Amino acid sequence: MKKNLKSKVALIVAVLAICVYGIFGVPSGFTGKDLTEAVAKRIHLGLDLRGGAHLILQVEVKEAVNAETDNTVGRIQQDLKTANLSFTQVFKPYPLTRPDDPTAKPEVIRLEGTTQAQASSVRSTLDTKYSNEYDLAGGGADNTWTLTMKPTIETALEKKTVQQAIEAIRDRVDSLGVSEPLIQEYGLGDYQILVELPGIDDLDRVKSIIQSTARLEIHAVVGGPYKDEAEAAASVGGVVPSDQVMVHGSGALATGSDADSVYILQRVSVVAGSDFRSADPGTDQNGLRNVRFTLTNEAGDKFYEYTSANVGRAMAVVMGGRVREVANIKSAIRDSGQIDGSFTADEVTILSKMLRTGALPASLNYLEDRTVGASLGADSIKQGVTAAIVGILVVMAFMLVYYRGSGINADLALFLNLVILLGFMGASGATLTLPGIAGVILTIGMGVDSNVLIFERIREEVRAGKAAAAAVDQGFAHAWVTIVDTHVTTIVSAAILFLFGSGPVKGFAVTLTIGLAANLFTAVFVSRVIFDAHLNKLKPGELVSI
Amino acid sequence: MEFFRSVNVDWLGKKWYFLAFSLIFSIAGVVSMGMHWTQIGSPVPLSVDFRGGTQVQVQFAQAPDEDKIRQATAAAGIKDARIQPIQDVGASGGNEVLISLPEQHDETSLDQGREQIVNALHAHYGNPFVVRNVMVVGPTVGKQLEKQAGLATLYSMLGMLVYLWFRFQLIYGVAAVVACFHDTLITVGFFALTNQEISLTVIAAILTLVGYSMNDTIVVFDRIRENLRLSRRETLPDVVNRSINQTLSRTVLTSGLTFLTVLSLYVFGGQVLRGFSFALVVGILIGTYSSIAVAAPMLVAWQEWRASKGKTVVLPASKRGRV
Repeated sequence: MKKNLKSKVALIVAVLAICVYGIFGVPSGFTGKDLTEAVAKRIHLGLDLRGGAHLILQVEVKEAVNAETDNTVGRIQQDLKTANLSFTQVFKPYPLTRPDDPTAKPEVIRLEGTTQAQASSVRSTLDTKYSNEYDLAGGGADNTWTLTMKPTIETALEKKTVQQAIEAIRDRVDSLGVSEPLIQEYGLGDYQILVELPGIDDLDRVKSIIQSTARLEIHAVVGGPYKDEAEAAASVGGVVPSDQVMVHGSGALATGSDADSVYILQRVSVVAGSDFRSADPGTDQNGLRNVRFTLTNEAGDKFYEYTSANVGRAMAVVMGGRVREVANIKSAIRDSGQIDGSFTADEVTILSKMLRTGALPASLNYLEDRTVGASLGADSIKQGVTAAIVGILVVMAFMLVYYRGSGINADLALFLNLVILLGFMGASGATLTLPGIAGVILTIGMGVDSNVLIFERIREEVRAGKAAAAAVDQGFAHAWVTIVDTHVTTIVSAAILFLFGSGPVKGFAVTLTIGLAANLFTAVFVSRVIFDAHLNKLKPGELVSI
Repeated sequence: MEFFRSVNVDWLGKKWYFLAFSLIFSIAGVVSMGMHWTQIGSPVPLSVDFRGGTQVQVQFAQAPDEDKIRQATAAAGIKDARIQPIQDVGASGGNEVLISLPEQHDETSLDQGREQIVNALHAHYGNPFVVRNVMVVGPTVGKQLEKQAGLATLYSMLGMLVYLWFRFQLIYGVAAVVACFHDTLITVGFFALTNQEISLTVIAAILTLVGYSMNDTIVVFDRIRENLRLSRRETLPDVVNRSINQTLSRTVLTSGLTFLTVLSLYVFGGQVLRGFSFALVVGILIGTYSSIAVAAPMLVAWQEWRASKGKTVVLPASKRGRV
């Protein structure tokens, strides 16, 4: 019996130690200030306690679908011309005039005016090129064909648009130097993005940055890379002509060094950021890595002219005023092409990302924004902690007075409960919000319920004449069923809150659940151990102090 | 120390008093909600979370004058601004005001409200100020949130019903859910009566007290079930009375202690959590009351109704037993 007790106590001490570590980490010192700092590093505060900005954005994904079908219209026209098939027009019968137009169906394309004689050629042309993405219908006597984007393709495109928007926003937010920004899909609606930026007070600047287009351009390379500006100037005879410009870049990735180099580029860009529709890493037929991209229609035409005239020359990707990448033009490119070079997997990913995020794939609308000032956050913490401390003291005092010796038991269990709760939150990186602090306070009140249940039962058993050990035994045995029932129902409540709630409410659900789970451990296991330890010391016939 | 050494109250005998008490508060609540509905279109005042619009929390250097603020916003052309001073045992020194604009019907001008208010105060009201908190909610998100809150409440109740059906019997589950519904109705009624706003955190508080009231009811039901198993000769009303008396000390103690902690939250916890803590303060009191006054009598009433119809009484301790 005694040996069993020792191992149980060891377990409890171990749990205590782990949780203390969870709260404090390894503090640099033991003064009050050092400990507060250590806690601040471990416990992750929510936006309502830290202060900051919270935005919800709607991604107008229909615009991306619209752009894609615009592209396809151009390609169909081109393909039919190349195959010498006549038609009157290719157009979209339900175009997207406004982003939130519910009657628009940008995924439908109509082809009119083919001839009966060429019908089967038209069908086979359209089939071979577009049947992967579009469902083809028509071709009857009215010489009208309808292509509708397949729902799976459409959904995939819409989801990809949201991901691209998230990446673009992330890049732009990075430039603000915000620590721990949160950018993710917002679960409550379709194609909505949640952005949380702690510490940001000036919302206007943030909003304009997120919605702006980053400057990304492609310029023709005249010469480079050169070691420095003097060398670059020397290569064009001392003075850079007015239609060219010197631009720095860090180390031509082709040379593999990181040193700063200078290029001479044509001043006027061939393609600018908003002309890119998408960019993805890929491999060419030799297994070398490249970046495949697509441009918008008008940009495609311009690009075609430029590239056909410049096969074999280099072009530079310039972003934020610096050369990021140089690549060779292998062949004329219209609107989809690839950028080759001896890239590593990393470089290809980075380049694709730059090209993708340089352009916002669809416009973003603000649905909601909240700013919590840091001073309000600090006040909230102070008030929440005060309420918690008052609550704890009141409960502890009452338990001591009402249950005497066993009250100490309950207070120890309560204290351990809190330590486990905070330790778990610190260790798991869960976010503490203001409702979360309320959840801690609620856990105190509900946690002590278990102790009350057990103690009342023990009192009943003692009143019925049982000896100390038997009374404790029966008390725990009977109360156990009820404790499980009550905890499960409240945890079910909390789980539903977690699923359906927003940030602060989720924080509440988390602290409540962890608190109750910790309570199951402390009220039953730890309390029992303390009772057993106490019982071992009792002389026979002596009563439990309860 | 012991408060409830041997209690022997006939709870079921008092059921008509309980019914009257519950009815008074329920009806008062419903009437108040009806009045709110005609005035503002929703049964209780809703916070910005749900109704959408702009809300700016401003702290002034000197005590703010509501009328002057109203004049300032009117001078800048802002219509329908609502001005509400905040009473807070606050740490930061008071002088705070909430200025709200009503909802927009689309999202295009979402941000203008905030700028307008700030500019109006700068231009027409000389008191220096600091913006502490801004909430701008478009109608789309507000509606989504309403739907979520509604679904969450529904699923919560359903989940409880299923759990209780599984652990006890259907009638126990129904009685407990009716008690919870009663608690929610009266709590929301109190919000209508005191003209307080319901925000998302308040909904969280209401769901928590649903769980808490369930808790309480289960403790009583557990004891009823245990006593039914042990005694085969007592009538159901006697068993129920005895069970309530036996659990009374635990019920009052726990509710009392939880109530004290929540009261501490209401007094010290600050303005942001005010609605949340109010819901819990009211809810815990009502939740405890309902386990004794609503759930238990319902059980007995059900059995008596079935007996009066001559059907076999099916309220055993477990599914296999028989009373």
